[in-house]
Amino acid sequence: MTDFLEALSRAPDLLAQHLLLAMSALVLGILLSLPLAVLSARVPAVGRVALGFASLIQTIPSLALLALFYPLLLSLSTLVGGGIPALGFLPSLLALTLYALLPILRNGVTGLAGIDSAVIEAADGVGMTAGQKLRLVEAPLVAPVLMAGIRTAAVWTIGAATLSTTVGQPSLGDMIFAGLQTQNWALVLAGCFAAAALALAVDALLGVIERGIAQRKRGRVWVALGVLAAGVLVALAPALPSSKPTVVIGAKGFSEQYILARLVGHRLEAAGYRVQYKDGLGSGVMFAALTSSDIDIAIDYTGTIWTNEMKRDDNAPRDAMLAQIGAWEAQRGLVLLGRLGFENAYCFAMRGDRARALGIASLDDLAAKGDELSFASDPEFLERPEWKSVKAAYPIRFASANAYSPTFMYRALASGRADVISAYTSDGRIAADRLIVLTDPRHAIPNYDAILTVSPRMAKDRRFLSVLRPVIGRIDVEAMREANYMVDRDAGKVSPDAAARWLVRKIGL
Amino acid sequence: MPESLRPAGPAVTLNGVSKTYAGGTTAVDGVTVEIAGGSFVALVGSSGSGKSTLLKTINRLIEPSAGSVAIDGSDVTADDPFRLRRRIGYVFQNVGLFPHMTVAENVAIGLRLEGQKATADRVAELLALVDLPPAFAVRMPDALSGGQRQRVGVARALATEPRLLLMDEPFGALDPVTRDQLGTAIRDLHDRLGLTTIMVTHDMAEALILASRVLVMDRGRIVADAAPQALLAGEGGVEAQALVAVPREQMRRLSALESDNRHPRLHGDDDEGSGTA
Repeated sequence: MTDFLEALSRAPDLLAQHLLLAMSALVLGILLSLPLAVLSARVPAVGRVALGFASLIQTIPSLALLALFYPLLLSLSTLVGGGIPALGFLPSLLALTLYALLPILRNGVTGLAGIDSAVIEAADGVGMTAGQKLRLVEAPLVAPVLMAGIRTAAVWTIGAATLSTTVGQPSLGDMIFAGLQTQNWALVLAGCFAAAALALAVDALLGVIERGIAQRKRGRVWVALGVLAAGVLVALAPALPSSKPTVVIGAKGFSEQYILARLVGHRLEAAGYRVQYKDGLGSGVMFAALTSSDIDIAIDYTGTIWTNEMKRDDNAPRDAMLAQIGAWEAQRGLVLLGRLGFENAYCFAMRGDRARALGIASLDDLAAKGDELSFASDPEFLERPEWKSVKAAYPIRFASANAYSPTFMYRALASGRADVISAYTSDGRIAADRLIVLTDPRHAIPNYDAILTVSPRMAKDRRFLSVLRPVIGRIDVEAMREANYMVDRDAGKVSPDAAARWLVRKIGL
Repeated sequence: MPESLRPAGPAVTLNGVSKTYAGGTTAVDGVTVEIAGGSFVALVGSSGSGKSTLLKTINRLIEPSAGSVAIDGSDVTADDPFRLRRRIGYVFQNVGLFPHMTVAENVAIGLRLEGQKATADRVAELLALVDLPPAFAVRMPDALSGGQRQRVGVARALATEPRLLLMDEPFGALDPVTRDQLGTAIRDLHDRLGLTTIMVTHDMAEALILASRVLVMDRGRIVADAAPQALLAGEGGVEAQALVAVPREQMRRLSALESDNRHPRLHGDDDEGSGTA
């Protein structure tokens, strides 16, 4: 319960962002669907197309809809010569607005079609203009049905807004996704609780408005609208322009990234910057966001840039690789500040006791004795270029090779079901389970040094760079593992924020 | 209201009016007719004869495919349809009271559209015109009976003091007693206010009793144009006489029943034929 309450304390800021996003999408959805509903009711062909389109949107999973806006806005931005943010508020707003369209549009069209034809004939008969008919007759009669649609749209939008985390827009989804990643269920629960409470509260207020309209009680309508507006204003307060310069730090969806983003963020805050985090980004999305200055700082890994972005399938010595990446990124206006000091590569790990008993310390040793051993990997590893280059360098043949999800892979190793696993070098569980990482004397596994890169927007800001530079080369892999484990472990886990503060003390930064 | 001082309602001229729908159905087929100012004209015909369509070409709820309509010599297309309609009272079978407005708001809607404020006195006056007490002003339409609703509909149509009143089956949904009362009230208003009234009905008896001129329509054309007395005298042609025959036959049977009562027989339960053509 205390975990839950502590997790809930993270909610207010995110709740405000969540409310602003959902309300913006709802208002935009209403503004778009009302004229569309009127037009659809007047021109049946338009109605068929509009409702068909809105229904089609609903069949797209909301996560996919959000994801699709990223490449769409990116190419649009390229087309007009830049300036359109492809991440964060805009794609979230657009996707959620499209999501809000259907219930409002459908109820609007149904409501308009359901008005007694005699009433419409009377409106024409007494000499109303089209505008007067809409304002005096159709709007008041359709309002209750329309409000029901708006309520549905509001609940959907607030729910789907949790997914905006994935395109870098802070929302209550940050708590849910971060909690899921670090297996912090109190955090997940707190995020769900806050989102559900927000949805219920907004729905209840809209319900008051709906009944106020139906019972012709204007006072109630205005009070409910006032409460909604007050909520939005309160949420808006922190978003008001600040005199401090704002920087945005991106992070991929795992603990190490969350921790390092906070570590850098704390330094910047101490130096007087306002910091925003965009958590849970995919590798490709994060790099593109950095290039377009949607985020200002990213911590990535040399091997990832090398294979995913530069499309290289060869291997290069560590320093040569770093130099080539630096030059390649510089062409794109990015500044590669340097290595953080640790590597998060694929590696081969064994239980310490077992490795010592078999006398295995390197991949060469493993190749010699592999045919007696069973191998467990994550589902991806056996398909990756790293495994191909390892097999090319070391003729390893395992007695058996099985794929597990990462958590079960470590359990298989602990229980003795597997002798060797494909691990990640900075994973906290390597230290916790007292595993031994086998050395790679033939340098078959590409290098995955963690590197800090700065966006074109901040690339020339000397003061900014000087705040970041002290981090370079300071984070060793043991400290990183320990910090990761503090967040990943099952019992007594801490938040990435706390782990970042611990890490700073540990390395004496 | 100085009703007697009002000028007679406008003349209505229909010249070669036709209405053909997409798909080829011809509802009105080249109708030319002159309606004198101040007259009460009934348009009679069976379902699908085109009488409602013809009526609605006058206030442009339906635009004719060919021909023209003029009110007091000026073409109805000379002005915006909504301005035209504000000068014409329109009452129809389904009434179409605005369900979200009180009786007073319904009655005053025409004034509101013109930017005028309807006083409680004016509303009461209009309600009195259709024999409704002033207390009805605050009621909602769903708290009224069918007959009361149609009375409010008539009051609404007369609120802007139109000189021309168009009625499309105004009593169609009412019970016979209410129907008779309201019919008499309308004829009375027509005379007092000096209106030109054009009423569509499928009930020849109603037309004969209320109107001063009866136009009979069949398949989009006017097939008879005569005064009620002339129709009862057997004029107007086959289609008109077929319609007149219905109330005449009902009269005959009722008379026969009355004489039966005076000279009772064993079975007197033949009550069929009370419907309309």
